[in-house]
Amino acid sequence: MIVRILGEGQLELPESAAGELNRLDAALESAVERNDEAAFRPALAALLAKVRQVGSPTEADDLRPSELIIPRQDASMDEVRKLLTDDGLIPG
Amino acid sequence: MGVMKRVTMVFRAKANKALDRMEDPRETLDYSYQTQLELLQKVRRGVADVATSRKRVELQLNQLQQNSDKLDRQARDSLAAGREDLAREALTRKAGVQTQLEDLQGQYASLQSEEEKLTQASQRLQSKVDAFRTRKETIKATYTAAEAQTRINEAFTGISEEMGDVGMAIQRAEDKTAAMKARAGAIDELMASGALDDMVSGPHDDIQAELDRMGASHGVDGELERMKAELAQNAPRQIEGAQTGTSDGAGQSASTAKAPDPAQAGEPE
Repeated sequence: MIVRILGEGQLELPESAAGELNRLDAALESAVERNDEAAFRPALAALLAKVRQVGSPTEADDLRPSELIIPRQDASMDEVRKLLTDDGLIPG
Repeated sequence: MGVMKRVTMVFRAKANKALDRMEDPRETLDYSYQTQLELLQKVRRGVADVATSRKRVELQLNQLQQNSDKLDRQARDSLAAGREDLAREALTRKAGVQTQLEDLQGQYASLQSEEEKLTQASQRLQSKVDAFRTRKETIKATYTAAEAQTRINEAFTGISEEMGDVGMAIQRAEDKTAAMKARAGAIDELMASGALDDMVSGPHDDIQAELDRMGASHGVDGELERMKAELAQNAPRQIEGAQTGTSDGAGQSASTAKAPDPAQAGEPE
């Protein structure tokens, strides 16, 4: 499965990582929904750490779209919320 | 549904909307390729822009560092001259410059990392655009209309995801660079108006003026001492004869008015 970290590129991950990723992602989502800044930062960091740990970068000329996309490391909670609701954040 | 899935859907929706606008798949490919090249240009300009901004901050950092060093020197000079009050004033101003400096250093680091990320993003996009160009020719030549459409959709979705990502990166870099430019401009203006500069250099530098004044008065005192000593030495010889020294009487009276250097003072012996 291909996962994109915004601002960094794509990584290929084994399907077996999906369960763990979903768990970390749920924590992130709950932090965003509760508007809980204190929980948001470590949740995003944990998700990114896991993806980096088990993933390896795809070839630069790989044109396959990602199955999952993760906000960039230093994204604010506000930016993440916009990514979820407003496609105006993505230009073009 | 998790954050990752939702973000992905937003990206997909964007790509699908663009695909839907195209009636002819060939048109889709060519139009998309054109857009990719334009974005690539924009990203390259963005990298250059960030680099320019970074260099400007670098110049300002150097200027502030020089100011800070100068204040430090002045504090030492003041202390050596026994003027703790002046030293304190210089150090207080140095602390102010130091705060500016640290703040700017943080901004500099952030611009540097932005430049790096954008450079890498530009390289990634370049690779994908190249791959897309090859792919689009293959698709046009080889497949039936239905197959072509599927492969076009796939390639288009992949490249548009990259474009969306890079597009956000460039947007972000532009925002940061604009903020940095405004800030650098403000510091330039401050320096030009003298508000920052006045503290440490130029005619309004009161610490330096005080140090200079002290240095000058010290110099005058020293000179007076030397002159007195010289007079004390010369006085008996002048009584002995007017042939001392290398010059006539006019020259001798001039040598008492001028500051004689030690070599000259010692010459008559």
